[in-house]
Amino acid sequence: MTLPEVQSPVHQDAERPLEVVTARHPLRWLAAACVLVVLAMVASALVTNPAWEWDVVGQYLFAPSVVRSVLLTLELTVLGIGLGFALGTVLALMRLSANRLLSSVAWGYVWLFRSVPLILQLLFWYNLALLYPRLSVGVPFGPAFFDFGTMDLIGPLTAAVLGLALHQAAYAAEIVRGGLLSVDHGQREAAAALGLPPARRLFRIILPQAMRTIVPNAGNEIIGLVKGTSVVYIMALPELFYQVQVIYNRNGRVMALLLVAAIWYLILTTILSIVQHYVERFYGRGRA
Amino acid sequence: MSSMVELRGVHKSFGSLHVLRGVDLDVRQGQVLVIVGPSGSGKSTLLRTINHLEKVDRGSVRVDGDLLGYRQVGDRLHELPEREVLRQRTKIGFVFQAFNLFPHLTVRQNLMEAPLSAQRRPRTEVEPLAERLLARVGLADKADAYPRTLSGGQQQRVAIARALALEPKLLLFDEPTSALDPELVGEVLDVIKDLARGGTTMIVITHEIGFAREVADSVAFMDAGLIVELGPPAQLLDNPTHERTRAFLSKVL
Repeated sequence: MTLPEVQSPVHQDAERPLEVVTARHPLRWLAAACVLVVLAMVASALVTNPAWEWDVVGQYLFAPSVVRSVLLTLELTVLGIGLGFALGTVLALMRLSANRLLSSVAWGYVWLFRSVPLILQLLFWYNLALLYPRLSVGVPFGPAFFDFGTMDLIGPLTAAVLGLALHQAAYAAEIVRGGLLSVDHGQREAAAALGLPPARRLFRIILPQAMRTIVPNAGNEIIGLVKGTSVVYIMALPELFYQVQVIYNRNGRVMALLLVAAIWYLILTTILSIVQHYVERFYGRGRA
Repeated sequence: MSSMVELRGVHKSFGSLHVLRGVDLDVRQGQVLVIVGPSGSGKSTLLRTINHLEKVDRGSVRVDGDLLGYRQVGDRLHELPEREVLRQRTKIGFVFQAFNLFPHLTVRQNLMEAPLSAQRRPRTEVEPLAERLLARVGLADKADAYPRTLSGGQQQRVAIARALALEPKLLLFDEPTSALDPELVGEVLDVIKDLARGGTTMIVITHEIGFAREVADSVAFMDAGLIVELGPPAQLLDNPTHERTRAFLSKVL
């Protein structure tokens, strides 16, 4: 049997290399042009309309009262996330515990604090004195060692931090739990087989690997909370959103001041996104 | 010669699945035991009881005189606190089929982790130890690499070095070459052979019959949760007395 002669075009002209012509994408160019036009329209609408009052925006962007309110927003975010993830990690470990009481309590916490709206919870903590005029530390149903007036102990700032942190802890618990579960079981076994102490196993072997899953989700939560702190305005705390409202109620420049707030939220979240990128890269080390 | 490993009447069930059905086993110091058998015969579970990764339901496991996981008081066994179990485990090196190296730590850090944090040895002593062990498995130049950048064979050699870093009295290998590409099996078996010649006591689960013939002092055939037959490789591999052993060997040889 003979095979038909196959003439390969590649081999026809060995001395001259073949040129590659990239495909044209006319529709892609058209789409890009449309987007450009829309962008130009948006820019023109922002720049040419004097009602935006960019000069007022510039005037208030770095006003001391606004900067102070940005710092308070940051403080609330840091405390809310810090305490929230600390408690969330404890809850996640409780949830994964072999002890049924511990895991049930952790489940119940997440169920309760994910179910109650944050704003309602904030008002609840703020008004705790209505329920318990005095707080004391002591034996349950028995004698008390310390005793405080609730109003002295839980001011608006404490109530806000408490509310944000407890709310955040419920979400953080699920994120940390998901991260811990994402680590290959073999890692736990290898660590146990090597005789590593339990705390070392958690902090040196399991958590650093769980961070790969935790960080992107935690980034979402942190950025969410930066903006979420704006709900504490109901407690008259001078964070960013409350502060711009105070100012525009006084001078009537509503849109300009809302823009000031928007710009600050943009700056904060942009910085956080950049930080997140580097943190992810750190925890991704050793992975191709 | 003294017994390094001594199993008596070991039973283990997972739910309704009776995986180990009263296993007795003795491994003398310096001896190399190879366990063969069909999958699901309980080989891995047996090996895992020998460093207490699995608790036994009944029976006892002794390694180097330690009753693993328990303290005997009269005729009762009291569960040991985790700290004690971990101390017992540092005498036993375990090499997994899937390597289980810590991917976020460098090769050097993988090797140093257990001597530093489980045995609390000083860094000045552990660092040269890690270098020595890497040289021994032929990977001295990979100390600062991350495990994922290495081939499967190299990763398993690192895992062996990591197990050796505890300077264990007993090494357990759970199908150390089953996850490897065929051309990488040899380099890992060579390292294990080298250790065997050096007088390390070891138990190896493997399907590499040629390896068993060359290295083992004795070969055990396991089926349905029991050691069916145990003897020197020449006898068990070439002249098995049990029908089940014959049937299994005819399939793998």
